[in-house]
Amino acid sequence: MFKDITLGQYYPTGSVIHRLDPRTKINFTFAYIILLFVVNNPVGYLIAIGILALVIALSKIPFVYVARGLKPLIFIVVLTFVLNMFMTPGQVLWQWKFLHISRQGLKLSIFMSLRLVLLVTGTSIMTLATSPMDLTDGMEADMSVIPGIKRFAHDLAMMMSIALRFIPTLMEETDKIIKAQKARGADFETGNLIERAKALIPILVPLFVSAFRRADELATAMEARCYRGGAGRTRMYVLSYQKADTIAYVVLAATAAAMILSRFISYPWPFPFN
Amino acid sequence: MNEQTAYIKHQSPSGEPIIRVENLSYAYPVEDENQEPKQALSDINLTVNPGEFVGIIGHNGSGKSTLSKILNGIIVPDSGDAWIEGMNTKDAEKIWDIRKTAGMVFQNPDNQLVSSVVETDVAFGMENLGVPSDKIKEKVTEVLDMVGMSDYRKARPHQLSGGQKQRIAIAGILAMKPDCIIFDEPTAMLDPNGRGEVMKTILDLNRNHGMTVLHITHYMSELVNADRIVVMDNGKIVAVGTPREIFSKVAMLKKIGLDVPQMTELAYLLRQDGYDLPQDILTIREMVEALCH
Repeated sequence: MFKDITLGQYYPTGSVIHRLDPRTKINFTFAYIILLFVVNNPVGYLIAIGILALVIALSKIPFVYVARGLKPLIFIVVLTFVLNMFMTPGQVLWQWKFLHISRQGLKLSIFMSLRLVLLVTGTSIMTLATSPMDLTDGMEADMSVIPGIKRFAHDLAMMMSIALRFIPTLMEETDKIIKAQKARGADFETGNLIERAKALIPILVPLFVSAFRRADELATAMEARCYRGGAGRTRMYVLSYQKADTIAYVVLAATAAAMILSRFISYPWPFPFN
Repeated sequence: MNEQTAYIKHQSPSGEPIIRVENLSYAYPVEDENQEPKQALSDINLTVNPGEFVGIIGHNGSGKSTLSKILNGIIVPDSGDAWIEGMNTKDAEKIWDIRKTAGMVFQNPDNQLVSSVVETDVAFGMENLGVPSDKIKEKVTEVLDMVGMSDYRKARPHQLSGGQKQRIAIAGILAMKPDCIIFDEPTAMLDPNGRGEVMKTILDLNRNHGMTVLHITHYMSELVNADRIVVMDNGKIVAVGTPREIFSKVAMLKKIGLDVPQMTELAYLLRQDGYDLPQDILTIREMVEALCH
């Protein structure tokens, strides 16, 4: 049952977004997140929504699938919305006993929840459209230009890719251990929270022991294949920017400029979003 | 078929054997000082020449895996030396050349695959050696073809069977262009189908690609086609010889806890019951010949 799990739920469609260089996608997403905190007006948000819609459309990933990623977030979004709406002091628009909605509160709650939704959708479209392998490659390339973390870039990326490689293996193993413990009479379904947590120990202990053994053997096997860190290493697939990447960066620059400029325009309409 | 394919023996230009082991001894360190350290290997001598298929067989704890770890420079012997093409495994500067020359395939197919995609896993060794990108791609295609896994180039390791994973591991070693491959019980964790697949690949590499093979196993039947078999027990070499010579010593093999091929054992039992059969029957065909003629 665990076999089909993929981290970050890669959704391959072979679209132009999928074929972009992973560095482009990571940089774009990173810039997008920062820009979301820069905008403070409806025009800026419209641009943010527009660019995201464009990316989703180009990626050919069904909108429903992307939206599903928001499900676990509904509670937080609603909470953010409600708290901001009722708790922000300011020009009162509506009042009932101790509850009141202010103009500023309405604005803040809409913007905040919108920001959250865009944030999560924006990052999930990146993981949906980039294979985990590409993602680690892109992160390694990105990190190795930042002074300070430069020297850890290869090690971190290698750890991440090994973790990705072993997720299905360890999942399968967990499944096996659960079955083996059940066959020995272990009970994982009844009892209170503490009892259930305790029941996990006979799963976790063998799993950890095996994971350490695997790590040891893998390290030996890697050294037997002449692995000695990132120095002097080449890659089979070298990352290289294509024409589409240039276009993506131009689009990013234009979006960024538009979103930043939107802060400085005075808007003619009065209520409530200025 | 075995009779017709004469063993191709090549001599290396220098005349140096690929693997040379002299008076090798090793004991695993013990934590408790009062405890007597267990001698894992004592006074081992072994030579493997280019193109040979040498099998090492022994029971658990016979020292066969320790020997393979010494040959790969993973552990350093207490006394004696091991040379890979004239390079001493104690020489820390030569360690990467040694590992490149004598590649090693391990027992657990899962714990030696590094990457989530078959082709990048095969490329791993070459990437470590600094081979340029276009050369890597060529070689990956070539070695995947050699192990018959070309269709799985983009597959993920966890979708493959044990035998297939082990063939990918072999491809990953082949990609480093070794002169010799040491197989450390590569079939121990596989089902009979996977074992067959892997043995077929190993034999093919030895016969048709001139690869020198040192195959460590505890399945006698895998060594029927070997040039030489080395029998180990308790850290010592107890017998060396051709498969026929070794398998005919049924009583000795049984004494140290090893199984002999089914037909050899049957012949042994029949002979004990007074039937006049040759000692060196290995296959069903030979048994049929011996019984019906």
